[in-house]
Amino acid sequence: MQRRLPVFTGIALALAATASPVAAQTFAITNAHLLTPGPVGEVQNGTILVRDGRIAAAGANVAVPSGVRTIDAKGATVTPGLIAVNTALGLLEVSSVDGSVDNKTHNSGISASFDVQYGLNPASTLIPIARLGGVTHAVVMPDYDDSDKERELPFAGKAALISLGEGAAILHRPGVGMMLELGEDGAARIGGSRAAEFVQLRQIFDLARQAPRDEYPFELSQADVAALKPVLAGTMPLIVVVHRAADIQQVLKLARDYKLKIILSGAEEAWRVADEIAAAKVPVLINPTSNIPANFDMLGASLQNASILKAAGVEIAIGGNDAGHRVREMRYNAGLAVSRGLHYAAGIEALTLAPARIFGVADQMGSIAPGKAADIVIWDGDPLEPLTQPTAIFIAGKEQPLTSRATELGKRYAR
Amino acid sequence: MTRHFSDTISPARTPRAVRAALLGTTLTLLAGCAADASSARPANTPPPPAEPAAAPAPAPFASTYQPRPAADTAIVGASILTGTGTRIDNGTVLMAAGKIIAVGADVAVPLGARVIDGRGKWVTPGIIDAHSHLGVFPAPGVQGHADGNENIDPYTAHVWAEHSIWPQDPVFTKARAGGVTSLLILPGSANLFGGRGVSVKNVPAVTVQQMKFPGAPYTLKMACGENPKGRYGSRGRAPATRMGEVAGFRRAWIDAAEYGRKVDAYEKKHARGEGGEAPKRDLGLETLAGVLKGDILVQNHCYRADEMAVMLDVGHEFGYKTRAFHHAVEAYKIADLLVADDVCVATWATRWGFKMEAYDAIEENAAILSKAGVCVAIHSDEQRLIQRLNVESAVAIAAGRRAGIDIPQEEAIKWITLNPAKIMGIADKTGSLEPGKMADVVLWSKNPFSVYAIAEKVFIDGALVLDTSDPATRYRSDFEIGQPVGEE
Repeated sequence: MQRRLPVFTGIALALAATASPVAAQTFAITNAHLLTPGPVGEVQNGTILVRDGRIAAAGANVAVPSGVRTIDAKGATVTPGLIAVNTALGLLEVSSVDGSVDNKTHNSGISASFDVQYGLNPASTLIPIARLGGVTHAVVMPDYDDSDKERELPFAGKAALISLGEGAAILHRPGVGMMLELGEDGAARIGGSRAAEFVQLRQIFDLARQAPRDEYPFELSQADVAALKPVLAGTMPLIVVVHRAADIQQVLKLARDYKLKIILSGAEEAWRVADEIAAAKVPVLINPTSNIPANFDMLGASLQNASILKAAGVEIAIGGNDAGHRVREMRYNAGLAVSRGLHYAAGIEALTLAPARIFGVADQMGSIAPGKAADIVIWDGDPLEPLTQPTAIFIAGKEQPLTSRATELGKRYAR
Repeated sequence: MTRHFSDTISPARTPRAVRAALLGTTLTLLAGCAADASSARPANTPPPPAEPAAAPAPAPFASTYQPRPAADTAIVGASILTGTGTRIDNGTVLMAAGKIIAVGADVAVPLGARVIDGRGKWVTPGIIDAHSHLGVFPAPGVQGHADGNENIDPYTAHVWAEHSIWPQDPVFTKARAGGVTSLLILPGSANLFGGRGVSVKNVPAVTVQQMKFPGAPYTLKMACGENPKGRYGSRGRAPATRMGEVAGFRRAWIDAAEYGRKVDAYEKKHARGEGGEAPKRDLGLETLAGVLKGDILVQNHCYRADEMAVMLDVGHEFGYKTRAFHHAVEAYKIADLLVADDVCVATWATRWGFKMEAYDAIEENAAILSKAGVCVAIHSDEQRLIQRLNVESAVAIAAGRRAGIDIPQEEAIKWITLNPAKIMGIADKTGSLEPGKMADVVLWSKNPFSVYAIAEKVFIDGALVLDTSDPATRYRSDFEIGQPVGEE
């Protein structure tokens, strides 16, 4: 197996030594096995030209201007940076330490208006650890705080897209979706039955749509009503965590009735209604390894979910094994889906361009293509394999360190 | 989040003669790993009487496991990771009468044996999980099924996980699809002494006795750190701190030693034909006394390096040996201590940060420990991970390489085969492909450290219990019958 390419360690020095700032921000990766969704596709011996943090050109026949620093990938696989979904990156340090967790609230006046963009911590040690899995961006989503059992608030709040670039202002785009959990756990928050849950949701939507500025329905605050307006206008997607096939059908109907733009998340039984989801053109965020009949919501959970959905024409994005510490495992999850029938290229796409499209940033990221940000990972093998490691990671053209708090601890004790 | 209140031990009482016989084999096979259960008793100590008079003569809840009918079978042409540190390319594994008969590059296949074409494929010993809660925390995870933690008292050495196991847990089948042939099912980790664990063979069954691994020793689950102090401190009772936990352990071992002396004294009198009343049995102290005698293996849930070092000293103080630290995410900081005390580690590669004592968990843990000579197992503790312990091991291999430690695959396969078998005290019976051992074998579609590898054929005692080419072998538990279940 190919080890870390020594050439990369010289990049920072080369940049520092270059006189012209424009030249400093231009470099090329040559002799790369390009593996990307989009028009460039798979190229055995490709070149990427990066200028000012963006991809200027990519493909088999890319001329590298003279004097531009080149990185010889020596045939290594090069992919776009991975985009994680269903994360709490930047909002979480130690799960059991409440003070280090900012992805949920029990404030009774804040539901739909909860906004993760204000809780982000760029210094979180989880960020470099996720990044070492080739993850360059993440959708950060709110969760529910169920400590107040009296609270009947259906929405968890607004999600954001962040960059995992070192030292950067990590917020990339706020308000990329509104979180709502339905099914067994969702029903428990609003009355204990699905039959109440959907009635109440419809009431909230009706009232929120009609609500004048100074009135608001149920326990929703004025801020919450305002937060729902873009959802009702169809400009902000409603991300619905749901598991059972019948619930998914109800959600599709709700979306039709209210002309909502929706994204399904979890969706363990989605394979059973794959054609209906495809017909509604609704994308799905899944973890293929969620194949346990963990409750009566997901008795049909299956490792085949990803491949069946994709075969039916559903757009899927594949996430990691928890919201924070195990985000880096998302690429293995795509590999496991591939082992159960998902086409390999679809596995790569489910980690990159698919999440970019689902969250409305496919014009900026998700593939190696001219005009997009230079979010690039060079790997020492097949990126879906656990034996493979990244050898270089660029976010918006900036090379990232290949270290984390965990690798530093390992270095201290490894003998 | 996945529950982490798990970890414990408990094999069934093994006849002493059998254990002695095993000991010799185990030491030969295991070069470098810890000795078997009976070695915990100093060699110069005379063996105690056959059975304490206070205990009933027949072992209760005895295994009724019966191997399934097994055709004589040869897997030919595969790459074989034997679990003994060897890789054989284009080799043959021959199984007959439920046992491994021969493994090698030049094995003659007897007439009449079923021949399986293994070309392009890989063979390993059956995967073994040294830390599972299948059946005691089954799926669906409803309150009516939550039977893994007797968490109303920190001292529950008297409970046995096997009395909670629901054999219809559908996850047993999913684990089998991941190549898992044996597992140690432990009580949870809410208590200082969680109770006895039980080793089982991963076969469809209606009763737990039908699954119990024949001849496996019992184990005792102990737990340090955040779980017990969190559980009881929050209720205004001991232990509320780590020092409270250690005090609790020490007090319990003092009681256990006294109980053991009383039983021994009675047995000696009884053997001399003197009268006297047998001490009343105490199920909890009986288990702890079994540990002090070396009959019951200690499986200690413990995360932090400093805590493990303290627990080793508790063992020294009271004369018991810890078979393995479980989770042990900071074990990489004390590899030398673990080598010196010949203690195994059962851990993950990927889980970290879910609580304070897991904050320093690193993917390199297994590789650092392996290099230092510690017997390491990659365990699951959960329902999803048990289906892909091979992938988790690959993560650990890769992390080692990143840190400059190259653990070869023929060594790393021990993390999920021979070493967990050693932790469970069954390494003389399974865990590697060696003549005479149980024919617990997996045929993989690819190299088992690939994410794409599928366990195509799984053999337990030579019987084909799962064959991806034969839907008839896809067992559904009673719970799944009539439900809208999908493929694994």
